[in-house]
Amino acid sequence: MTFTVEKKREEAVKETQGKREKNVVYKTKELNLWYGETHALKNINLDIYENEITAIIGPSGCGKSTYIKTLNRMVELVPGVKTSGEILYRGRNIFDKDFEVEELRTRVGMVFQNPNPFPKSIYDNVAYGPRIHGIKDKKILDQIVEKSLRGAAIWDEVKDRLHENAYGLSGGQQQRLCIARCLAIEPDVILMDEPTSALDPISTLKVEELVQELKKDYSIIIVTHNMQQAARISDKTAFFLNGEVIEYDDTDKIFSTPSDKRTEDYITGRFG
Amino acid sequence: MKLIDEKRVSAGMKRRIVRNAIFKNLFLFATLLCLLFLIVLFYRILSQGLPHLDWHFLNALPSRKPENAGIYTALNGTLWMMAVVVPVTMILGIGTAIYLEEYAKDNKFTTFIRVNISNLAGVPSVVYGLLGLTIFVRALGLGTSVLAAGLTMSLLILPVVIVAAQEAIRAVPNSLREASYGMGATKWQTILHVVLPAAIPGILTGTILALSRAIGETAPLVVLGIPLYLAFLPSSFLDEFTALPMQIYNWTSRPQAEFQDLAAAGIIVLLAILILMNSVAILIRNKFQKRY
Repeated sequence: MTFTVEKKREEAVKETQGKREKNVVYKTKELNLWYGETHALKNINLDIYENEITAIIGPSGCGKSTYIKTLNRMVELVPGVKTSGEILYRGRNIFDKDFEVEELRTRVGMVFQNPNPFPKSIYDNVAYGPRIHGIKDKKILDQIVEKSLRGAAIWDEVKDRLHENAYGLSGGQQQRLCIARCLAIEPDVILMDEPTSALDPISTLKVEELVQELKKDYSIIIVTHNMQQAARISDKTAFFLNGEVIEYDDTDKIFSTPSDKRTEDYITGRFG
Repeated sequence: MKLIDEKRVSAGMKRRIVRNAIFKNLFLFATLLCLLFLIVLFYRILSQGLPHLDWHFLNALPSRKPENAGIYTALNGTLWMMAVVVPVTMILGIGTAIYLEEYAKDNKFTTFIRVNISNLAGVPSVVYGLLGLTIFVRALGLGTSVLAAGLTMSLLILPVVIVAAQEAIRAVPNSLREASYGMGATKWQTILHVVLPAAIPGILTGTILALSRAIGETAPLVVLGIPLYLAFLPSSFLDEFTALPMQIYNWTSRPQAEFQDLAAAGIIVLLAILILMNSVAILIRNKFQKRY
């Protein structure tokens, strides 16, 4: 009797795990990272799911930006970085020798802390990604540019000035342009490293609305300093502290009944 | 309680103001002195040279008779030489700068190279002449050809070009490189489509200024043994040639006053080329100047 119950439970667990397994985009296993002598990430184990917004919060220097930059291996641009462990992206270890970093970054787009458009026209900014991936057909590029700018909710503001320099846009517009530029490579995952920290409240709101919209088609991982932002937009939240994941759970749970004292202290503003 | 004694402050006030005026005038004097010398130089050259500067002067071969002499071979020789210097300098100089800034790892060896390139920029041009004489003229057997002189001049200005290009490349913000890498661009695509377009104004400005130095340099040519007098044009890069600074040097060393005037006319032509090139550099800088 008890045996069958247990078996059923096991099956149920397996089933849900199986379902979840399908939807995992990123599976981080025992990830460690050093900047020279500094141990910046310690034994990170984290699963990130498809079509969700995963927020990463934590005080400055806790490793949250390092972690997100490891997901597309941008962290390797810093000299003296060493890693151990695995990050499986759709089942493939991103540190494998035969997984080219360019291929990974084509699937995983990134939006940075400060808007960083190229000193080119709005059109050329968005068309940059497709062009480097070999798309030359003007008609297809036109379509990609329009689709991406619409996707980033900036089309109406710039459709009449596509060939003007992107530096003429406001900071908030520039950041949405950078999101459009990221959408243009049709990524699977979008990494956002504090995308609103350099923006005013109204632009921040626009970007947040946009992020929620994007979640239908993309999996989004967002690093944020702003806990209200994490609470407002994310489905799951990971709390980082001193290079470790202290707690990772549904956002509702983290912000209502965190299981770790340190998480509670942080989100109630007792430190950080 | 006041810590500052107002009486002492007002007593010292006058002295401070006088000192202020003295220094202002000192700097003004320095500037005016430089200007004075420049004006004297220009006046002498223009008053001496302008009467001789005509179409004939540009198109005539050098001659023992001052009234027939011209700079045809020298001007053409300089252009031939620059046809070697420009591509060699740009390819080697910009290539080296890209390698050092974008590819090379930061270690002791690359630091050593960087420091030494800056040092090379300060080596006297005569030394480059000796180097060119040893390697190109003698060891490679190129003789006093256009190619040998062009390569020597390239060596001379390469450090300046490399340093200028390095600085221009370093001034491109890293956030632009990250944006490009973040979309899956390779290093070469990032350099070609992001770094170089942003750095090209600085690179070109530095390169053009260096090239104009190569046009005016005389010492290396003297050491190489470039002929002072030549009555024919080179027809290939392996032919002998003479250059503008050599022609001017030749004329200034003659005793006759007429040749001194011809030298002045030659200097005007040289200055005109230099001013033209520097203006192009300034135009490029202003046109492409971008703020990040």
